[in-house]
Amino acid sequence: MVEGRLIEGVLRGEEAAIARSITMVEERLPGARALLAGLATHTGKALRVGLTGAPGAGKSTLLAALLSALRRAGKRVAVLAVDPSSPKTGGALLGDRVRMAMHAGDSGVFVRSMAGRAALGALAPAAGEAVDVLDAAGFDVVFLESVGAGQADHDIALECDVTLVLVAPGSGDGIQALKSGILEIADLWVVTKGDRPEAAGLKAELLASLSLAADARAIEERVVTVAALGGQGVPALLAKIEQAGAVARAPGSLEPRQLLRLRRRLLAAAAELCAERLPPDAPQLAELATRIKSGDLTVIGAARALLSGGNA
Amino acid sequence: MTRRIRVLVAKAGLDGHDRGARVVAAALRDAGMEVIYTGLHQTPEMIVSAAAQEDVDVIGLSLHSGAHMELFRRVHALMSERGLAGVLLTGGGIIPDEDAAALAAEGVGKLFGPGTPTGELASYIKQEVARRRAEGERA
Repeated sequence: MVEGRLIEGVLRGEEAAIARSITMVEERLPGARALLAGLATHTGKALRVGLTGAPGAGKSTLLAALLSALRRAGKRVAVLAVDPSSPKTGGALLGDRVRMAMHAGDSGVFVRSMAGRAALGALAPAAGEAVDVLDAAGFDVVFLESVGAGQADHDIALECDVTLVLVAPGSGDGIQALKSGILEIADLWVVTKGDRPEAAGLKAELLASLSLAADARAIEERVVTVAALGGQGVPALLAKIEQAGAVARAPGSLEPRQLLRLRRRLLAAAAELCAERLPPDAPQLAELATRIKSGDLTVIGAARALLSGGNA
Repeated sequence: MTRRIRVLVAKAGLDGHDRGARVVAAALRDAGMEVIYTGLHQTPEMIVSAAAQEDVDVIGLSLHSGAHMELFRRVHALMSERGLAGVLLTGGGIIPDEDAAALAAEGVGKLFGPGTPTGELASYIKQEVARRRAEGERA
């Protein structure tokens, strides 16, 4: 019953238990499901904040600044930083800690790096569950950071109460890229490196582009410029994050995000169970494949039979 | 599926030469490991705290400052304090053989000098982690 001890440790906020629990969830080690089930009732207290943006947009630097501000306010903060794995070797170089180095050794800050593993362009499958572990461990705010790349942005938005999309001046087609789908997922747009002269132009361009789809004044409220290294704009951004978080998490709020999150989890769990029941070498698969080949069955018909649990 | 090997690569102390550490970090990534790079000027406390949070199998320290005896010993002691005694502490840089031998006698892993083929480092880590995991399971 290793998970029993881990659950207790996580709830007490013990670093080693939190660290090992995330490994268990990430590696799908035996007991991971029992662990998550045991922690589930203790989640929902942390404010979950997602950060996404192109590589070099300034995610880690902004995070470091937000951590400093939250620590000054006496909050305990966790970060889950997800970086892609190499599809060729499965290895990964996770470097987000470099920009957050000043927070290393602070017991009120927990930083965990996670590799995207199989899910290229999407969020690591275990990321949401790792956030659950951090939530249950009693951190006031949990950040989920990932390179913006297609599906991952959408996944982050589902896993978080508030989602920040970062754009940096000089990134050329940054806004072009933003147009496709990412517009809907952002609660707040952050123009980073705001001390650069091009930042004001970028903000204007962003506002113009966003206003096509929504009320201009409402949009303006949701675009924030920061210069994270000097700390400019960070308190204002933090206030907006907290405000958006309060709205998303208000009791009785109609915000369907939490439901969407659960729906996604449910689907993922069902897919996982499927894969477990049907390993690639399952005898039913071989048998059905033979019958498909002989023209006795179609692929979709056989798949239906597999899902319904009956024999074809 | 076997668990991925997680490695923390850190530059301890005051020396600012991180080319070696970066080359090693990239090589270990290419060997299929998940490498967490912490950057320059890390104190032993920062390194061990990061290793604990990241639940790594290996800590790799790069040192060219001559302070390797103090820094390896301090990191090693903190690892025991924080319950990370099962984690492999290895590394490299400019470290005389007799110093490496003295540290090895205290439980520090193999230390690698300039010119070591990166493949050698990766296979040492794979072997050592497999051994420690098997030991951990038996314990």
